[in-house]
Amino acid sequence: MKAEDYSERHLELEGWPVNVTSWRLGETWHAKADNVSPGAALARMSAGTKEEAEARVIARAKELLGRTRRRAV
Amino acid sequence: MAEYAHPEVLVTTQWVAEHAADASVRVVEVDVDTRAYSEGHVPGSIAWAWTSQLSDTLTRDILSREQWESLASAAGITNETTLVLYGDNNNWFAAWAFWQATIYGHQDVRLMDGGRKKWLAEGRELTTEVPAIEPTSAYRASEADHSLRALLPQVQEGLSERASALVDVRSPQEFTGEILAPPGLPETCQRGGHIPGARSIPWGKAANEDGTFKSFDELKKIYGGEGVDGSRPVITYCRIGERSSHTWFVLKYLLGYGDVRNYDGSWTEWGNLVGAPVER
Repeated sequence: MKAEDYSERHLELEGWPVNVTSWRLGETWHAKADNVSPGAALARMSAGTKEEAEARVIARAKELLGRTRRRAV
Repeated sequence: MAEYAHPEVLVTTQWVAEHAADASVRVVEVDVDTRAYSEGHVPGSIAWAWTSQLSDTLTRDILSREQWESLASAAGITNETTLVLYGDNNNWFAAWAFWQATIYGHQDVRLMDGGRKKWLAEGRELTTEVPAIEPTSAYRASEADHSLRALLPQVQEGLSERASALVDVRSPQEFTGEILAPPGLPETCQRGGHIPGARSIPWGKAANEDGTFKSFDELKKIYGGEGVDGSRPVITYCRIGERSSHTWFVLKYLLGYGDVRNYDGSWTEWGNLVGAPVER
């Protein structure tokens, strides 16, 4: 099998830039959200549709990013 | 356009597609998130987990020589094997594995330029099957090459004498102390900021959008523009040493600087030290 329908999109969650990547292997859609800078993966989910996989990683990424504390510098 | 100082340490995705099954080649995926391999990987590749297989699980340290020999042997790697590493996040932990393989003297180790991201984006072949590996028993590592690694005393020495160029490859917000860890990740230090005198050159500046490394000329301009031109020793650091492995690779092998060390203690060590000077 081959990776198919690879796509990336950028959005902002909880004030942080996030990169959402999704692709399909056979019948399974995989999605990943990373925090752009530095680029660490925040969430990785699989589902039957692209929409569901992306919705799940976005929800998880939002939860994690909401915990990030900014300090005055 | 000038060529990389050591172009032989990079292979393209096309090269991997053509050679992954060669008997003399072992392809290993090393991810930040080890679940990535399970979703689908380069056919014939195996996975190494950085937390359990590329680190000592008791002491905070890289593998010992004996542990590296055991890992390589279990992966069917001989001293003559072409070891090709790739992974997610633009090869962060693949670069970490490359660094350790180099420390223990593996002669032919390479990174797949663009890593997992490029392989997926190109719609290349994937499998979820884990190959059966015939272990070897003859792998012999060299004595550790300590010139590739900076431990705390060397960083402190370099700091006091301004003898080394310190490169902080974390995000600008981590560098200033606005955040103590990458957004969304647990805080693992007591203080935010950076090591005094360090230059902020985030690792991602070395990468193109498709995950490949920028050209020699572009890299020379990026690092040289910050005063990191190879004229004095360089120490790279980040939070736990993996992003800085990526930059270490760039400086050591793509730009060909002679004395480049990765400080794997990084900010989780410095930012927790009692009495250590910090700049914001």
